[in-house]
Amino acid sequence: MTDFPVESQVVAPPVISAARRMYWSVRRELWESRSIYLAPLLVAGVLLLAFLISEFLKPHELEKSLEFAAQAIMGTTFSVAIFYCLDALNSERRDRSILFWKSLPVSDLTTVLSKASIPLVVLPLLTFAITIITQSIILLISMAVLLSRGQSVTTLWSHSPLFGMSLGLLYHLLAIHSLWYAPIFGWLLLISAWARRAAFLWAALPLFAIGIVERIAFNTSHFAAMLGNRISGGAQGAPVSASGMSMDLMPVGGPFQFLVSPGLWIGLAVAAAFLGAAVRLRRKREPI
Amino acid sequence: MACIEARGLRKAFGTTIALDGINLRVEEGRILGLIGPNGAGKTTALNAILGLTPYQGELRVLGRNPWTERDVLMRDVSFIADVAVLPRWARVSQLLAYVAGVHPRFDRARAEGFLAKTNIKHGSRVRELSKGMVAQLHLALVMAIDARLLVLDEPTLGLDILFRKQFYDSLLNDYFDRSRTIVVTTHQVEEVQDVLTDIMFINNGRIVFECSMEAFESRYAEVTVRPEKIAAARELKPIQERQVFGRSMLLFQGVDRQQLAALGEVRTPSIADLFVAMIGNQNVQAQGAAR
Repeated sequence: MTDFPVESQVVAPPVISAARRMYWSVRRELWESRSIYLAPLLVAGVLLLAFLISEFLKPHELEKSLEFAAQAIMGTTFSVAIFYCLDALNSERRDRSILFWKSLPVSDLTTVLSKASIPLVVLPLLTFAITIITQSIILLISMAVLLSRGQSVTTLWSHSPLFGMSLGLLYHLLAIHSLWYAPIFGWLLLISAWARRAAFLWAALPLFAIGIVERIAFNTSHFAAMLGNRISGGAQGAPVSASGMSMDLMPVGGPFQFLVSPGLWIGLAVAAAFLGAAVRLRRKREPI
Repeated sequence: MACIEARGLRKAFGTTIALDGINLRVEEGRILGLIGPNGAGKTTALNAILGLTPYQGELRVLGRNPWTERDVLMRDVSFIADVAVLPRWARVSQLLAYVAGVHPRFDRARAEGFLAKTNIKHGSRVRELSKGMVAQLHLALVMAIDARLLVLDEPTLGLDILFRKQFYDSLLNDYFDRSRTIVVTTHQVEEVQDVLTDIMFINNGRIVFECSMEAFESRYAEVTVRPEKIAAARELKPIQERQVFGRSMLLFQGVDRQQLAALGEVRTPSIADLFVAMIGNQNVQAQGAAR
């Protein structure tokens, strides 16, 4: 039956680099889940509006406003990250589009990594950018208000904590929200690849169950303590800075101590194991 | 090299055997119709070929193992598994950009050319399109991929007859060029009969019949037998006899057409008729035996 020679065999296949496939896969995630950037933008807008109103009503402490803005935006993107992860490998099976994605030359590894990059890379950087812009606008509004009252802005400018805060914020986002929380996001992605429905329950219940079993069987609570430590950012000790929550969440002992702490590396290894399992699951998974 | 080669392909879901040791060889440049009743194992077979499901046995698609090399294989294979699997949130322009971004053999200009012939707008989201338009869009994407194997699993299910006709017309006119291989499953057998070069019947996880269309046309004949010739016709051992508007239609296998012409009007049967004759009877008997 092979009457027809196949010319296409001799043509060298055009190549698309792994980086390019990754780039487009991440873009695809941003197209699908617009809440990744819409939610923090919305919160930032609301914050600015509230700040604008408060400027005219009562005097305020600038530093507190800036910090509150950072916390609110960070809290928003953290929730976005959680819900994104729980949905990421579930929705493509629910709407059957996994059959389309799998018809393209993109490996399950690339797909899972592109989804993991949203909470690990995209959201921290986006949080940083949006926070800095929001804080700058707050600062500008303050200056405008001071100027309109005929007061000098030089004291405000020289006392502005923005620069130091933004470095601290970037460090906090990368160290805690990306690296330290990586096993949390890995776990949620794994559950989203595994569960047919109610991914949130499946993600939470086993953790409760382990904690309760440990409590009853051994009358200890190491697992709960470990979880608490992970979620609170590993800051069991006294806060290193008194200037608010973002500083409280600074890893104990500064960057070097953080980078050599076993907790960080164990967490990263666990995250890698969860993601590896998610890749294997996605390979087998069919539409729900 | 064969495009698809399977030996002893098996797949079980719990105690249900979906594929019961299939041997299969599809050469390049063929258009194979895989035909079988619901639950016969067609989709499972295609899923194994596409690397969507693990299996036992030996399977090579374009010389590769589909389960371990799906992503590489998909540079040369494209498929439409089921209707309406395009993500509903996506815009047409986003799908074009994404496929162009990840697929080395996708020709975006070609896809846009196909879309220009439809009413599909680049800014539309998939959820805003009708079912027929989604199928057109998917076909436009797939036809713009220079693949060596195209697998279609019920690509037109639930579409109206105009869309179905158009679908297979564009596939033949704008896509198929004898160096590609197409494997298609469908329930609308009569609509693909003229398209196929080979047919394969699958039932209960086994291939029960396979044949090229040339062989099919020379081997099988259906005769509207004149009433006075009916006894003579039955002598020739028809594989099926049925009554249509009070006239006897007998289906023959391997009987000389000259001989049959004496009995009545001879024509090439439809694949559907042969399918019913071979599988319908079998399944009815099996059900009868089970009772």
